[in-house]
Formats: sequence, structure tokens, C-alpha cells
Amino acid sequence: MEIKAIGCEPLQLKRVHLENSHTLKVYQDNGGYASLKKAMDMSSDDIINEVKTSALRGRGGAGFPTGMKWGFVPRDSPKPKYIVCNADESEPGTFKDRYLLELDPHALIEGMLIAAFALGSQTGYIYYRGEYKYLIDIMEVALDEARQANLLGKNILGSDFSHEIYTHTGAGAYICGEETALLSSLEGFRGHPRMKPPFPAVEGVYACPTVVNNVETLTAVPQIIEMGGENWRNLGTEKSGGTKLWSVSGHVKKPGVYELPMGYLDMEKFILEDCGGIRNGHQLKACIPGGSSVYAMRADQIIGKNVRMDYEGLVEAGSLVGSGGFIVMDETIDMVDSTKNLTEFYKHESCGWCTPCREGTDWLTKIFTRIASGGGRPEDAQLILDLCDNIEGKSFCALGDAAAWAIQGAVKRFPEDFKKWLINKTNANDSAANV
Amino acid sequence: MALAVPTHYTNQVEVTDEAAVFSPEVLAEIDSHIAKYPPDRKRSALIPLLLLVVQRERGYIDNAGVNFLAKKLDIEVTDVWETATFYSMLNMHAVGKYHIQICKTLSCRIMGEPEITGHICNRLGIEPGETTADGKFTVSRVECLGSCGTAPMLQIGFDYHEDLTIEKVDKLLNSLE
Ligand SMILES: Cc1cc2nc3c(=O)[nH]c(=O)nc-3n(C[C@H](O)[C@H](O)[C@H](O)COP(=O)(O)O)c2cc1C
Ligand code: SF4
Ligand code: FES
Repeated sequence: MEIKAIGCEPLQLKRVHLENSHTLKVYQDNGGYASLKKAMDMSSDDIINEVKTSALRGRGGAGFPTGMKWGFVPRDSPKPKYIVCNADESEPGTFKDRYLLELDPHALIEGMLIAAFALGSQTGYIYYRGEYKYLIDIMEVALDEARQANLLGKNILGSDFSHEIYTHTGAGAYICGEETALLSSLEGFRGHPRMKPPFPAVEGVYACPTVVNNVETLTAVPQIIEMGGENWRNLGTEKSGGTKLWSVSGHVKKPGVYELPMGYLDMEKFILEDCGGIRNGHQLKACIPGGSSVYAMRADQIIGKNVRMDYEGLVEAGSLVGSGGFIVMDETIDMVDSTKNLTEFYKHESCGWCTPCREGTDWLTKIFTRIASGGGRPEDAQLILDLCDNIEGKSFCALGDAAAWAIQGAVKRFPEDFKKWLINKTNANDSAANV
Repeated sequence: MALAVPTHYTNQVEVTDEAAVFSPEVLAEIDSHIAKYPPDRKRSALIPLLLLVVQRERGYIDNAGVNFLAKKLDIEVTDVWETATFYSMLNMHAVGKYHIQICKTLSCRIMGEPEITGHICNRLGIEPGETTADGKFTVSRVECLGSCGTAPMLQIGFDYHEDLTIEKVDKLLNSLE
């Protein structure tokens, strides 16, 4: 697997290839914690303004402007404020945070500390998916190192700023990546999402103001403070600042985590050259570019289309950046089979709180199972789209929308694959055909 | 207090008030988890304690472990079950010594998961969801484990095994037998 920057100097990946990159010594020898010191000489407003200027947008999937989110925190509230790092990373096709957490844990600590200093927070939590236990062990060592060096804990660097960071683990639930479900889980409950508003910035964990940010969002913060918001933004485009990590999996010769400047040109070059192209003897058929929860793109929406890799560029091309997880598929893949796989994922991960998503993902799975066992009917494509319509925009949280998009995209864009299965085969599979 | 425990989730025949007893080291570990949260928010430690302590010490989420946590965290026994039954990593039944969790989601599927699963199940003579008669292996198929770039992959306990081939799987199983 590759881990490298293309088209820019590595920022997120600056240290990952150094020996013992996870240690405080290597981090500090390479400029680590200088941004924290710089930030501690700035005012809260100045820090937040630098982040706003940088045009950093949340890397967890929703792409919300980070500076704006920080600006929503009522800093004069008498309640304690919390910084929560979302290290749940469960979106299919996404595995970038894992390498940051393994190879550069101090960058996350520094990012969280800068956020904490700007927002007046004394406590931070890093919420890991339970399967990432080995990364918690790595982080615990890094946190200890930081404590010993007076970079964490009471009176950081002799100032009156105190902040403690704790690791926390989930135990297997994709929905706990959704920020309000994450907070329920952090409080020891089932991972059901909560009504928004109030947004976490105002009422988050323990009903206190809480900033929830993705790992990659927070590790970008020290870079922004170091080089200034404007310089950081200029690495990317006006509206999509900086660089971004893309996880690439599936039928490419060189899967991996790639750091690209925002606005990179173009998606075709990226898949077919930078990622080594499609495995020998095969051609590109489809790519789901934002983790599984976005519209799949056909090869002819990518090849020759000069697709710009940033938030706006991917929308224009008919999909979304999402979590930046490219799932690349060649012509051997039947989109009915791949979409059935995803319906099973969403059904399994639906938290069950609201009816459209709980029942809808179950019905979708049943229909795809029937189709895959030979009981497809011509009207099924429309039935699937109607079902998706009844989930999208009608669910309590974005997991329902995510499921609908993943499935609509496949049905609408790969009709030839569905046509093969949706023929009247009476008696093909009687029990399944009743669904 | 013996509250209504959802026994259909568990393999407990008898539901008792008995609470698990842990060694002083484990008790200290439990306290270190609880200390991460505000004193009036002890419940926050519930999921980490279920996954990292009760499941390790008791093998799965059992009645006595749950009773212990309810008391320790000042919550009801049903509160513990309510939370525990939501999370897929928390086993409500005993599993084999080695719990083989094969990722079945899209990137792994298209990179050869079906062959890997087939091979493992053949070799062990069980289906996904089952445990070998000697109690050594349980095989499960699970959703994306954040290792899609090194697909196909599986996790045993907390260890990742990536870029799998049939040969690699054989070597792995040999090393465990
Ligand atoms: C179903 C679902 C799953 C999500 N999973 C994750 C995740 O694993 N990691 C993550 O950072 N954000 C995830 N998000 C997005 C979070 O809700 C939230 O937007 C994000 O953590 C905010 O941080 P950011 O602004 O830095 O991206 C998920 C959202 C949904 C709806
Ligand atoms: S949309 Fe799905 S995951 Fe979200 S609250 Fe409803 S049932 Fe739960
Ligand atoms: S799809 Fe298997 S690890 Fe992500």
C-alpha cells in the first residue's frame, strides 16, 4: 500500500515515513508543537479567524467549514467546553485516519490543544472505533510523552492554560461516526443520533458546548497556524483550502492513502496514472469517490471529463467528496452485486431509531437478495428508486440519506447491469419472489 | 435486584444477582477508565469497560459482569444490557479462543473476500457465525474495518491481518493451531 503526496509537498504526510514518527522526539525535531506555542501567543479570535481564512472544511464527510463551527461555540458560557475528535472511521472505503493515528499521533494532540486553547476547553476525548484498539495503545504512549513534557495537563508550558485529553472506545457501530450518535455513545448509551438543533457546538457531550472534528481536520490545524490561513488555503482552491487525504481501494494497482492539493487535476489522471491504473487486463468501470455513501461514477463520467478533485469539482461531476474514500471497480463487477453488498451494510448499521431507514434498508436488502437469487422483475428498478425516495430526506439522520444515495446512484447510472437481472422469471424463486 | 434481563439476547439460563469478582489489578484498571469522565458521568465508562475489561476477563458479556458494572457505575442492570446489546463487537455468547472476523464489505468483497471466507470455513469445517467443536475458532463476517487499501483482510481479537492470500491464511491458521 502506498502512502504519499502527489502534486504538493506532503503536509499531512510530512512525517509518516520517518523512523519512529510516532514519538515526541521525532515530532519535535520536525517542527512539532511549534504551532501550539505560536497559537498560545495569539488571541482566541485570531486563531479562529486563521482557521476561517484557511477554508478548511471538515474531513469527516460533511465538509462543514471548521472555522465557522468553532465560531458557534459560546465561549462565554459558564459550562465546561469539550473538544471531541471523531476517530470512528467506519465509512466503507475510508482508512486515512488510521495511518495518521498510527504514524503521527502528536499531530492530533497538537491540533486538539490548539482548538482547546482557542475555545477555552479543559477536556478532550478521542472517540476510536473499538476495532482500532491498537491505535489507542499508541496514543496512550504519545499522551504520556506529552504530559511529561508539560505539553498536556495542568499549566501547559507554564501558562494558565490546562487541558487533558482522554482516549475513549466504541464497540462496533458505524452510526457512532455520526456526531450526535457519537456523543450518545460517549455518554454510555446506545448510539442513537440526537435532534439538531441544538448543535453539538452549543449542546454536545453532557449538554455542554462541544466541538466534534474528524482526525484529519484537527491534524490540519497546526499546519494552518504554522503557515497562516491564507497560505494554507492557497495550496488548494478559493473554496476548498489546503490539501486532503484520499483513501484508494479496489481494482487499482497501487491502493493507498494519497495527499493531494485540493483542486487536483484530474480524477482520470489520479486513478489511471497516480494509483497505477487498473489491474492488468482490465478497464475502469466505476468509482465511488466519497466512501460508499455517495453516487457512484461511471468511467465515462471520469475519463476525458477533466474532473477537478475538490468539493465543488466532484459535485459538478455528479458525486461528492464525502470522506474521500475511492472505491475503484473494473468491468468484472456487476453493480447489482456490489449494490446488494452495500444495502446489507446499511441495513446492518441502521441504528433502528427511525422507521424510514430501519424498514427501508431492510426492504432494500430483501429486494436485492431476491434479484440476486434470480427473482428480478422489470418493475424492480422503479420500486428500488421509490423506496430510496421514501428514505432520502425523511430519515432522522444522514445515514438514511447515505444509504439512499449509494443505491440510487447505482440504479440510475448502471441500468444495463440491472436490466440483465430484471427480467420476468416467473417461478424463478418462489419464496424469494414474494418480497 | 434481579431486573428483567433480556434473556433472548444471552445464553444465560439462570439470571442471578451474582456479581463478577475481579482481581485488584483489574479493579484498578476499571477505576482508571472511570477516572476519565466527570464524577457524575461515570456511565461514560460503560462501553470501554464492557469491551476492554468484561469481555476480556469473562470471555463475553455475561450476567455477572453486567451486574458488576451496574453496581460500579450506579446504573440499573437493564441500562447495561440496553447499551451492550447495541454494539456488534460485544459478544452476547461465548466465542472461540480465536475470533476470526472477516471483513465482508465492498472493497474486501471485490478483492477476494468470498474465496478467503470459503477457504477458512472449509478448513475449520464450520459456517460463518459458528464455533469449532473444540471451542478454538469462531468465524464471523463483519462490516468494513478501515483496512480497505489492504483488502482482503480479517481481524483476530484486536489484531489486523491484511493483504490476505490463501497461503497467508493457511500460515496464519497453522500458527494458531
Ligand atoms: C452515518 C454517518 C457516519 C459518519 N461517520 C464518520 C466517521 O467515521 N468519522 C468522521 O470523522 N465523521 C463521520 N461522520 C460525520 C460526522 O457526523 C461529523 O460531521 C464530523 O465528525 C464532523 O467533523 P469534521 O467537520 O471535522 O468533518 C459521519 C456521519 C454520518 C451521517
Ligand atoms: S436514519 Fe437510520 S441511522 Fe439515522 S436515526 Fe434513523 S434509523 Fe438511525
Ligand atoms: S471494506 Fe474491508 S476493510 Fe474496508
